[in-house]
Order: sequence, then C-alpha cells, then structure tokens
Amino acid sequence: MSVLLGHRTRVIVQGLGREGRFHAARMREYGTKVVGATKPGAGGTTTDGIPMFDTVARAVDATEANATIIFVPAIGAADAILEALDSELGLIVAITENIAVHDMLRIAAVLETSASVLIGPNCPGAITPGECKIGIMPAENFSPGGVGFVSRSGTLTYEIADLLTRDGLGQSTCIGIGGDPVIGLPTPDAVRYLNEDPDTEAIVIVGEIGGSAEERAAEYLRAYGKKPAVAFIAGRSAPPGKRMGHAGAIVSGNSGTAASKVAAFESAGVTVAVAPSDIPRLVREALRG
Amino acid sequence: MKLHEYQAKQLLARAGIPVPHGRLAVSADEAEAAARDLAGPVVVKAQVHTGGRGKAGGIRLADSPEAARVHAEAILGMDIKGLRVKKVYIERTARVARELYLGITLDRDRRRAAVMLSTVGGMDIEDVADQSPEKIARGWPDPRLGLLSYAARSLCFDAGVPNEQVAAIADTAQRLYWVYADRDAMLLEINPLFIQDDGSLLAGDAKLEVDDNALYRQAEVAKMKEIAPDEEIEERAKALGFSYVQLEGDVGIIGNGAGLVMSTLDAVGNAGGRAANFLDVGGGAREAVVRSALEIVLANPRVRSVFINIFGGITRGDEVAKGILSVLAAEPTRVPLVIRLSGTEAEAGRRLLEGAPLVSRATMDEAATEAVRLARAVAAT
Repeated sequence: MSVLLGHRTRVIVQGLGREGRFHAARMREYGTKVVGATKPGAGGTTTDGIPMFDTVARAVDATEANATIIFVPAIGAADAILEALDSELGLIVAITENIAVHDMLRIAAVLETSASVLIGPNCPGAITPGECKIGIMPAENFSPGGVGFVSRSGTLTYEIADLLTRDGLGQSTCIGIGGDPVIGLPTPDAVRYLNEDPDTEAIVIVGEIGGSAEERAAEYLRAYGKKPAVAFIAGRSAPPGKRMGHAGAIVSGNSGTAASKVAAFESAGVTVAVAPSDIPRLVREALRG
Repeated sequence: MKLHEYQAKQLLARAGIPVPHGRLAVSADEAEAAARDLAGPVVVKAQVHTGGRGKAGGIRLADSPEAARVHAEAILGMDIKGLRVKKVYIERTARVARELYLGITLDRDRRRAAVMLSTVGGMDIEDVADQSPEKIARGWPDPRLGLLSYAARSLCFDAGVPNEQVAAIADTAQRLYWVYADRDAMLLEINPLFIQDDGSLLAGDAKLEVDDNALYRQAEVAKMKEIAPDEEIEERAKALGFSYVQLEGDVGIIGNGAGLVMSTLDAVGNAGGRAANFLDVGGGAREAVVRSALEIVLANPRVRSVFINIFGGITRGDEVAKGILSVLAAEPTRVPLVIRLSGTEAEAGRRLLEGAPLVSRATMDEAATEAVRLARAVAAT
C-alpha cells in the first residue's frame, strides 16, 4: 500500500480535451480506475468509453469517485478546483499550469477548513507504482517498492524515479507537488504523509531554490522523522533575483537559497545529494543506517 | 510584470491614496516644462524597473525648472543596473515630517498576502527585516474578507504609529490591500510613505508587480507593459513558449522542465564550468521550438559549447533530434554540441542523430563534464 492513492481510488477527469483524453487513456492502461469525466453540456454521453457528466457533484453521485484530475485551462482551472472541493473529493490533482496566484490564495483559504488534499497545480501528479497513477508522468520510469518520493520539479521527478528504478529501488508513492509559489500540498505536508506511511521505508525529497518549504520539512523531520531521508536541491548555481522558469524558483534576499536549505536538511540528519545521480547510492546507505 | 512608479501611482491615486502631483517627461525640454507646470521645487526620478535608483544618482532634487532640465539631461540615458533610463517622472517635493514603510507581498509559506507596516521607512525593507524584525508589523488577511478595519488598526498599533495618525494610515493600508487584490499584484509597496508636516499622508514611491498569469483579466495593466532592450531575448523566448534567462558563463544550456534545467546548471557547475543561460523548452516541445531554442542560445556570443539535456516525458526524443538536425542542416554550428537524451523516444532520437556532428553522452553528469571540457578547448583556440 501507500498514501493518498491506491487500488481503491476512483478518479474522474475534469477537462477531457486533447491532453486530458491522452492522459486518461494512459492512466487506464496503467490500471487507474477512471470512472467518469465532466464537461458542461456533455452529461449522458460517453467519450472514449468514459461516462460524461455536466457537473462534478453529478459525477460523484453516479460513480462514487473519490479523486479527480484537472486539465481545465488556466482561466477556468481555479473554478474547477473549487468545484471539486465543494464535492469533497478526497484527492484533487491539478495538472494545469499558469493559474493566477490570487486564485490560488482563495483556494488555499478554502483548503484550510477542508479535508481534501490538493496536489498541484502545475505538477505531474502522483503515482503509487503498480496500483494507481493520477498524473502525466511516463509510467515506465516507476516501479513498486519502499521509497517515498516528493518533488517540486516535474521532469526531475521522472529522471530521479528512473535512477531509483534502474538501481532496483522501487517507490511506495511519488508525489509531484508542483513548482508554483502557492500550491495545495507543500513539501512539509507531503513529507508528513510519507513519514506516517508504514510502507514507506525511506524518503527522497527533491526541492528547488525559493520559499522555505524545504527548511520547514527539515524542521518537521528533525522533530518527528521516523525513517531515513535523502534530499536534493535544484538551482544551487542560480544567481539571486533571477526567475528560473518556475514562478516558484526565485531567490530574494537571504531566504530560499540552496545553502539555507542544505544546512537545514543536514542539521536534521537528512543526507543531501550533490547530483541526482548520487541519490540511489545515498538512499541505500541511509537504509543500511 | 513590473510597472513604473508613475504607472503604479496612477492606480494608487484612483484608489484614493494620496500621491504627489507629477508629470512624465522623455526629454530635458519636457522635464523643464513639467517643472514649470508644477510650480515649485521638484524631484526628478528615473523610471526603470529596478530598485536602488537613488544610490545610482537617478533621483535628484531641483529648485527651479532650469535645474530640473539639467538633472533630466543627466538622468535620461543613464544606465541603472543594466537598464537604460528612457523616462523621468517630475514630482512636487513633499514636506516630510516622517517616513513609513507600507507594503504587501506574497507569503508563500502562509499562502496569504502579507501586509507589512513599519515606522522605519525609506530603507530596504529586507535589511530592516534582517536586522530588526520587531520593527515590522505584519498581518495576513483572509483573501475572502480582505484587510478588515480592525486588522488595519492593529497593524498601526503594532508598528507604533502615533494615535493621531492611526485612522489615516489604517485607511491607506485598506486601500492598498484593495489595489493589491483587485490588480492581481505580487508585490505592492509604498516606500517611503510620507507623513507631512501638516499630518497629511503622501506616497513617496510606489512599486507594483503584477502576476503575469493574471494579465488576461488585467487589460489596463497589460497595456502598461514596457519591454527593456535587455529583456528582449527573454520576451522573444516567452512568445515561443519557453523560458530563457541570460547568465554569465560560457556553456549554453537547453533542457525540458525548470527543475531539470536548474539541475543541469548545477551539473555544469559541479564539472567546474559556468552556464551561459537557463533555457527551459517546456513540456512537449516540437521540432520548431527546439530549433528556435538552439538558435537563441547560439546567438549569445559568450557561448563556447551547448549542452542539450532532455529527459522525455511529454517531450519526445525524436522531435528534439529533428530540431537539432534542422539547425545543423542549415550550417554547422560555430561551437560544439553535447546532448544527453533519455526517456520517451530517446532511442529513436539517438538513431536520428547518428553521424551528426555532435557528442552524445548517456548521463547528465558525463555530458556536463564533456560540455565544460569542450568550452575550455574552444576558449584555448
């Protein structure tokens, strides 16, 4: 087993456009139970064999879905997330990029009193290898096992999962939390899920410069860490004040530098990798104690 | 997107926040006329998208229209942190009794806007936050409620604002928050916020950055967009769907995904080199995008080798290979190319590239080492 998603997860798709259809098909190939999709006005029809509904509430009533993946374009994506929150879906994965920050601030305020977990936006999604994939990651890079993995970066998630898999280190659950400045499941919260998961033996944390989520995750692990952890921080050589593609990856002043994150992890007993290729070896060493 | 001071002040004035009388000028003639219009001592201020204008000599006091002309001549065309000054803003000077700081920024950890008020104005607020954090009062309004009156008053009392100023400053803070929320701002600052000798308030400066992702619903702000010459390459890249940031080194970088590209920069650093740029082609880049990306990187004269690092997810290795081949077909590149292709269709991509004049390596670390070595070899010739 694993956290957040598994055999019992039943997913609907919000935004079954070109990208949504492509990835819904890949998810079904992987064994994910895609039980419906929403598109206003399409209720009662089917697309690629998936039953369509006008609203999320109707889809949930009819299918007993407990999760959703959102491909709705940026302008409508915040509304789609709030609609999913209103239907109390347990897991909401928002793939959409370029959602306005003020929309995310309103969503974050709603999340404060909600039991739902939002992963993303602007993320690759999450996967429990061998059980369930809710996302756009290439499944062949992942394999079942005991390494829990949380990452702010999309492509780097595939790269590192691939390195782990080639090394024979399977994964319990991989969570791509997204690189935006305001996200639903920040690093410390994702780490907490993996730390509490009995099937996760070690934790890999991939962070980026900017913000202080990694520092807070280190703080949490220092106090409550139950298993070995290895971290990697992307952007050590990035100059301050430059925005590196992700709206999230920007260093201003003294906060959010790679040095501060590395120091926080090291003081919490978390090994920090200099390059992604070091991660499998460090995970093995950490597991040996 | 950053706005100029004069643009930000227009928006503040419309929200009922007092700003000095001012005129924009793009020439010394206009500056002199503006100063004459404003009738009295003025300040001539460079309009550029960066802080530190005062220290760079971009803000000067003038007690006559003639003096304003002389200062405008000196400031127009000036280079401030690599940005050329093309406009000056001429403002009536304030009768300053006291300076405050009032600003709103995004607090990523709390996932709220943070409203900050301090009686230490005019300074770099990051220095104040570093050296004496207790001098900054902070509040984090619920975005669904906005900055409520009691919360705005609390900020004033926490910051040690004198009683007789509390009502006016709390009102200004509420108005500022309203502009922040209404204009999809990432950062909105009045620093300094003047208290004049008669007790009235006046915004000495204004800094506003608006979320690029919200420009679709901020038509008025979007029209204020100005692209500085040194931002042109980055804007051209954005139009093509990828993000580009110019850096100082000599190894050109192309990759897919911001995190992977940052790690690529780091890998080049680990190998003893320095990256010439950050370039993320984004997800699912096709042949044409890869071609333009390579062209932009090669257009930087500092580049001595190029490292293309692709881990295919949505991006396909064969599309990347085709983009590279189409550049090589036009003419051989002036510097060596090193490529690492992994993931989706990487095998097909590598087959397409067989025999092409470039170096292929299996891992990011090996490719970075090779790219740094080749850049040094080019430098030595």
